[in-house]
Amino acid sequence: MKLELRGITKRFGSLVANDHIHMVVQAGEIRALLGENGAGKTTLMNVLYGLVQPDEGEILIDDRPVTIRSPRDAIGAGVGMVHQHFMLVPVFTVAENVTLGAEPVSRIGVPEWAVRRLHLPRLSVPSPGLLDRRVARASVRDLSQRYGLRVDPDAYVEDLPVGVQQRVEIIKALLRDASILVLDEPTAVLTPGETEDLFAIMRQLRDSGHSIVFISHKLREVQAIADNITVIRRGKVVAERPPTTSDAELAALMVGRTVQLRVSKQAASPGEVVLDVRDVSVQGEHGELAVRSISFDVRAGEILGIAGVQGNGQTELCEALMGLRPATGSVLLAGQEIGGATTKDRLLAGIGYIPEDRQEDGLVAPFTVADNLVLDVYDRPPYAAGLVMNPDAIRQAAVRLVDEYDVRTSSVLTSAGTLSGGNQQKVVVARELSRPNKLLLASQPTRGLDVGSIEFVHSEIVKQRDQGVAVVIVSSELDEIFALSDRIAVMYEGKIVGICPPDIPEQDLGLLMAGAVTADALAGAQGDTQGNGGQTHPPAADQLLQTAPLAADATEPQAEEPA
Amino acid sequence: MSDIPVVAPDPVPTETPEPARSRPRLTGAVLIQAITEGSSAVITILAIFLALVVGAVLIVFSDPVVTRAWGSLFAHPGYALGQTWHAVSFAYAQMFEGAILNPSTVSAAVHGGSVGAIFYPLSATCAQATPLILTGLAVAIAFRAGLFNIGAAGQWVGGAIVATWLGFGVSLPPVIHVIVCLLGAFVGGAVIGWFVGLLKARTGAHEVIVTIMLNFVMYDLLSYLLSHHGMLQEPKQTNQVAPFLANDANLPHVGGPPPQVGVGFLIAVAAALAVAWLLSRTTTGFEFRTVGASPTAARSAGINVERSWVLVMLLAGGLAGLSAAAVIQGTNTQLTFNSYGTYGPDGITVALLGRARPMGVVLAGLLFGALHVGGTYVEAATLGQVPANIVQVLEGLIVLFVAAPALIRVVFRLRATAGTGMEAVAKGWNG
Repeated sequence: MKLELRGITKRFGSLVANDHIHMVVQAGEIRALLGENGAGKTTLMNVLYGLVQPDEGEILIDDRPVTIRSPRDAIGAGVGMVHQHFMLVPVFTVAENVTLGAEPVSRIGVPEWAVRRLHLPRLSVPSPGLLDRRVARASVRDLSQRYGLRVDPDAYVEDLPVGVQQRVEIIKALLRDASILVLDEPTAVLTPGETEDLFAIMRQLRDSGHSIVFISHKLREVQAIADNITVIRRGKVVAERPPTTSDAELAALMVGRTVQLRVSKQAASPGEVVLDVRDVSVQGEHGELAVRSISFDVRAGEILGIAGVQGNGQTELCEALMGLRPATGSVLLAGQEIGGATTKDRLLAGIGYIPEDRQEDGLVAPFTVADNLVLDVYDRPPYAAGLVMNPDAIRQAAVRLVDEYDVRTSSVLTSAGTLSGGNQQKVVVARELSRPNKLLLASQPTRGLDVGSIEFVHSEIVKQRDQGVAVVIVSSELDEIFALSDRIAVMYEGKIVGICPPDIPEQDLGLLMAGAVTADALAGAQGDTQGNGGQTHPPAADQLLQTAPLAADATEPQAEEPA
Repeated sequence: MSDIPVVAPDPVPTETPEPARSRPRLTGAVLIQAITEGSSAVITILAIFLALVVGAVLIVFSDPVVTRAWGSLFAHPGYALGQTWHAVSFAYAQMFEGAILNPSTVSAAVHGGSVGAIFYPLSATCAQATPLILTGLAVAIAFRAGLFNIGAAGQWVGGAIVATWLGFGVSLPPVIHVIVCLLGAFVGGAVIGWFVGLLKARTGAHEVIVTIMLNFVMYDLLSYLLSHHGMLQEPKQTNQVAPFLANDANLPHVGGPPPQVGVGFLIAVAAALAVAWLLSRTTTGFEFRTVGASPTAARSAGINVERSWVLVMLLAGGLAGLSAAAVIQGTNTQLTFNSYGTYGPDGITVALLGRARPMGVVLAGLLFGALHVGGTYVEAATLGQVPANIVQVLEGLIVLFVAAPALIRVVFRLRATAGTGMEAVAKGWNG
């Protein structure tokens, strides 16, 4: 079905969230809606889904104006929505979840055998309250097959990986005959592999005539999947572009100024070993061995990127390094064993820590920005003298940091939870980088941030490196790993499967992350191809990749290389 | 989530809250946030008003004259409404006179009577409020560190036992005796609270279960001690009473004859001020609040969460112990099994009504103290027709309405603030 938005305007008080938005999505088209956080993408989609009523403008479906006052109207009009945060009941099966709200009921009547044997009439009535699980399962299976969704109808949702849960949401929409699908930041929670699977599904849906609106702020994904791109900024449509448009142009349209997509950085000049991790093993949440005897070291003035698909032990490794999770093995910070130290001691010893989940671990949402800025130094002078805190000093420091790190907030006494994601992360970054650090440990430092904020956080991290801080970046975003790392360590199933230089080809890194090849095999294969291709530097292949057992020793000569 | 454009170059507040994480948050933390920040002062006042309205209906039902008048509502509507007004206004007026100010004492004072008599109701209210404020603080301070202290009752017993024993069993010089008893009560309660905190910190035992179970243990321990000679029972008695405290162990009163302010009340207010100072001005208080708002963020920031739990439960227990001292040393002069009362559970309601803030707890304690005093007074004034228990219904309703701010908004047609309205819509669908 064709979807047309005409002059949609929505105001919240004095803020114009959507300003006369025009957009036409043809049947069988994937339309990307690209914009920064807060540009008005989600408001627009809430208008389309009936969660918000527009102040002006109209929605046309197949050239007929429709009134959408509620999600029920939207579903009736053929619009289906997959929210960023899934609305599934974890303890229900897939089949139960997808039929929730439109449960098929059993029919009570003359049984089939009686119809056949006794030639009774085929009479039946729907029985309210009796769930027909068979029908539910069959429809899930049918949809799964038709669109390659691969979902087991009897699996419990809580047991499914996030990517599959998302497919359940898509099936839910399709089951209600949605021909216009809205996907709100669908890749935010997915691994690279899962994202590929999702894109395949989206293409299949498009080819069967569905219209898809794909909301995102990730340039690469938009370029990869969209047929057309609508860029919105501050509530207005600023451009429509084909997917062949360059990164730089899209980013500039999105942010309203030219953006450096890749931080400019000089080659690293590594110094002394700052962090030395030897044979560290960590138990996971359920007693499994999440990190298995890992060894690596990081030098002053270099960035080690730890790449890997989420859930391969990175979280546990970071928590262990911070003393938040018990670990075996030895961790030396500037030559001093900190393996048994408390989190506080490690912070004091000079580790800056940007946790993976800023909302849960990095910030206290109800606290003011000022309090959050001293969250791990609240008991040090000048913020406290003995037991008594000094609110004035805290406020003054906050005013200075907010200015220095460009945190957009109305006041330092605003609660941190009301800030946008980018500004929340700036608060965490400001707090952790304003201390004299020896080591910076940053886990997923730009997850969920828009281009402008990513640029800022990346340049701050590089600044730290240039000041001689050893930096460890854990990220599942390949872009980030490539943008920042001076060396890349790849984690797979709790082990470091290779430590590579930053110019390793992207596919090779992808293969390592997927555990599809070992660093050994990859190095061997590359040696072969390079040999066959008549390359003049066959030894480069050996140098390119080092295997896990060698990694610890091999880093030494490597570290001297880049300079 | 609402998506509001942000003007990029100038420092405009970005009021787009981060969408809530899909990871389910601790329900406890959410609940505590709802308690401490959920409802405004307006909601609280309206909740009290609404409770009084519902209470009025109960008063009407408990008065046979009025119910009979309602039987002939259509024949004599004026009579029925008049009787209703009379019954309700009389009951509430009596409650006010008993708990706050009796106008007749004022006119008596003008004509040469006792000026002190004017303040008699207020001093009774303060006396009633004292233990409520202290147990309220015991619950509130734990709330702020993210713990549900249901065990104020058990901690109260801990304080009561020590204070009583020190009060009659030890002889000390006058002023020192009072202070030692008070400290003993604090320690007695603190030990019980500390034990709860320790169990949580070491083994992860949930404090709600531990405190409820300890309440049973302490209740029966009190019963045992008070029914065995050689323990705490008064040797010449077969009832569950302890000996009277030594005279110099009782809390003095300030202000001479009858209308006095007990030192206990001053201690309660001082304790509230101390808790307020601790929470807002000290590193320990900052730790408590951080642990309460987000234990994971606290841990990441290097705060020793377990230590905070133990410490806050210790302080909470101590405050509950002081509540026992205020009762035994302040008003009863003797521990009896009836002293136990309902201070523990009342502390929870006081803390809820006071939104877990020390000054809120003082105000809530005073309100409940006034209701207790007024309830007894109105029962006497109506010769038992309006039972004193009605104030417990009122208390229950007030807390219930405060806990359900949405209900108050509907009843009084209050509009939710602009921002939250949108969020509520979006949250409804976005989780």
